[in-house]
Amino acid sequence: MTPKRKKKLVLIVLALAGLGLAVGLGLNAFNQNIMFFFSPADVAAGKAPYERKFRIGGLVEQGSVQRDEHTLKVSFRVTDGGGTVPVQYEGILPDLFREGQGIVANGKLGRDGVFTAAEVLAKHDENYMPPEVADALAAQKASESIKN
Amino acid sequence: MIPEIGHYSLLLALCIAIVQATLPLIGAQRGIPSWIAVAKPAARAQLLFVGLSFVLLTYAFITNDFSVKYVATNSNSQLPLQYRISAVWGAHEGSLLLWVFILNIWAGAVSFFSRSVPAQMTARVLSVMGMISIGFLLFTLITSNPFERIFPAPMDGRDLNPLLQDFGLVIHPPMLYMGYVGFSVAFAFAIAAMLGGRLDAAWARWSRPWTQVAWVFLTIGIALGSWWAYYELGWGGWWFWDPVENASFQPWLVGTALLHSLAVTEQRGIFKAWTVLLAIFAFSLSLLGTFLVRSGVLTSVHAFASDPERGVFILMFLLVVVGGSLALFAWRGPQIKSHGKFDLLSKETALLVNNILLVIAACAILLGTVYPLILDALDMGKISVGPPYFNFVFIPLTAPLAVLVAFGVLARWRQTDFMEIALRLKWVMVAALVAGVAWPLSLEGDLSAGAIFGGLLSAWVILSALFIVYDRARKKSDLIVGLKSIPRAFYGMTLAHIGIGVFIAGVTLTSLYSVEKDLRMAPGDVYETSGYQFRFVGTEPHDGPNFRADRGTIEVLQDDQVLMTMHPEKRIYTVTRMPMTEAAIDPGLFRDLYVALGEPVGNGDAWAVRIYHKPFIRWIWLGGIFMGIGGLLAASDRRYRLGAKTRKSVAAVPVKGAEARA
Repeated sequence: MTPKRKKKLVLIVLALAGLGLAVGLGLNAFNQNIMFFFSPADVAAGKAPYERKFRIGGLVEQGSVQRDEHTLKVSFRVTDGGGTVPVQYEGILPDLFREGQGIVANGKLGRDGVFTAAEVLAKHDENYMPPEVADALAAQKASESIKN
Repeated sequence: MIPEIGHYSLLLALCIAIVQATLPLIGAQRGIPSWIAVAKPAARAQLLFVGLSFVLLTYAFITNDFSVKYVATNSNSQLPLQYRISAVWGAHEGSLLLWVFILNIWAGAVSFFSRSVPAQMTARVLSVMGMISIGFLLFTLITSNPFERIFPAPMDGRDLNPLLQDFGLVIHPPMLYMGYVGFSVAFAFAIAAMLGGRLDAAWARWSRPWTQVAWVFLTIGIALGSWWAYYELGWGGWWFWDPVENASFQPWLVGTALLHSLAVTEQRGIFKAWTVLLAIFAFSLSLLGTFLVRSGVLTSVHAFASDPERGVFILMFLLVVVGGSLALFAWRGPQIKSHGKFDLLSKETALLVNNILLVIAACAILLGTVYPLILDALDMGKISVGPPYFNFVFIPLTAPLAVLVAFGVLARWRQTDFMEIALRLKWVMVAALVAGVAWPLSLEGDLSAGAIFGGLLSAWVILSALFIVYDRARKKSDLIVGLKSIPRAFYGMTLAHIGIGVFIAGVTLTSLYSVEKDLRMAPGDVYETSGYQFRFVGTEPHDGPNFRADRGTIEVLQDDQVLMTMHPEKRIYTVTRMPMTEAAIDPGLFRDLYVALGEPVGNGDAWAVRIYHKPFIRWIWLGGIFMGIGGLLAASDRRYRLGAKTRKSVAAVPVKGAEARA
């Protein structure tokens, strides 16, 4: 092999090794950090896994928010019409969190059916509906109209 | 009447853009001097009309002309003047106009500051920029006209999103756009060079300062966005790996790679094809960022409107730009020849490794950002990729960059001995090792492997950069003379690298040593952390121009002495009815104190309160500022200006030679 070829070969091997490393790291990290989204109806239908992180979204049910007097514990229910999931959370809720608003929470579903949220997101605009929530609500409406 | 003039002048600008995109290009290809001469006046005229249109929209905001739909939806008569002005780019239509305006500022700048560049080349560059301008003017006029009227005009406007009523947001979008759009110059130079078949060192020298300035703006823009998120979103995060942030970070990574490969192309005349590709990708990623942010496929503060028509338009435009330029590359690429030879162990290889790592990091971020969108579009499920993925991929890919930077700087072109460099740096290594351990040790909290790793990397980058300057200067008779003999570009590079080190320190120490506490506090309650006592005094009502607020009072004590009083607020904006958390921050070079109000808890006067102690968080943005100043120093190096006069006669010969070879 000529020195020039050898150099090219080493460069290519270097690039491939870098790429391989990146792809390996990436896919591995990817698999571990993908979070799926389930609607309350999915949870009611038993499609969501227990004790595994996922995201849930829906409307905060009217009259369901209960705050603890002495700590920052909050519990409320999330609904999309097809199912209702009780959620508990400890911490400060986002500014736009309120009953009737669409929210997305990520956390884990316990065997008791209570979703323990690690993070609750309500987006930045009054008129805004998280798209997952909008889709879940629309899907629910569609399935209801079929039933009727 | 005034808004119609604004609309009309946009139409005129479109007509000029069409002329600018065609005549000079044909003139340059066919060698018609009078057509080439059209380029500069056309670019300036277009700038004038787009600028006029921008000023008139601003005027509509200042005068509260609510008959203009865009003004009515994004402003209010109670809105303070500075926010009425920044509201111009507070939503979709106006920020698009800002995009076009800035594109034309860059084109105008090219027309004024390119005396060293042959007229033919400038004509091609301005033509390409004219084409981009056509695309965006059409987009503005067809799908997002900011001058559209509503009838009947409402009495008052719907007000600007309260999150955007803030100084950071006054300057963040223009800065970011200056960076995004600035890469269009590097892109236009690359396309022009391919069209003209003269990809040589001179081409790299022309486009280098432009790329550097654009990169500086992008760096500052991203840093501003991060700073804004930190103090305005109310929970003290500085980076979320949010798709919109990623959209600005990808062009930054590729732009950084481009800066380094341009250096190789300029100095050694190699990596030409690669540099061209990077220029194409940096700008394409800027466009992709615009698409992601503006199309409404992403949901965030930035996605103002979800209008599919707009998304489709940008997507088509993106395909035309990327497809067109890659097709041109495929056609002209094989003619690009690099003639320099270099050894495997050389500066060229070091910079190549830098490029590979940066580009792979950009790809990894692209994957995490776009993959969920594609899955969703194909209806294959809704997933989200969280920050752990990005951290996990990004840190191992970029840490080697920090390790290698000193070697890359010291390496020689063509051939170098890395062992010899390592020996020269041995004392720096020892010092970095000591500092890397001592630094985290001096802070409260547990010493972790991560902290030592970050401290070591940061100390290594900073100390080695300083050492290299010293080492270079002491070769002269006297240190001062030596320091003066070092070119400004070298200082620029050194400062930018130090910025990286400062940034690493900030990220590491903030991530690992922050204390973040959410508490329920009644008046009189005290919380103690990191040597400070926080006493919650209570809240009282407080009114602003367009909001009402509960204003909290928190006293910070040290050794029973009151150090300061902090006033976080919980605001309700009266028009939009939007609540907002206004954190109170006591900034410091070594630590920030951050308090924010959550919501009232229970029936009494108790509130949910966030209390944060964030060591070294300012260093994150300080690093960005260093990088920015470094970039400006490099771009203002005299060789770019001198190049104008002295190199002209010299350059003509090899340039012709290059054409002959091609």
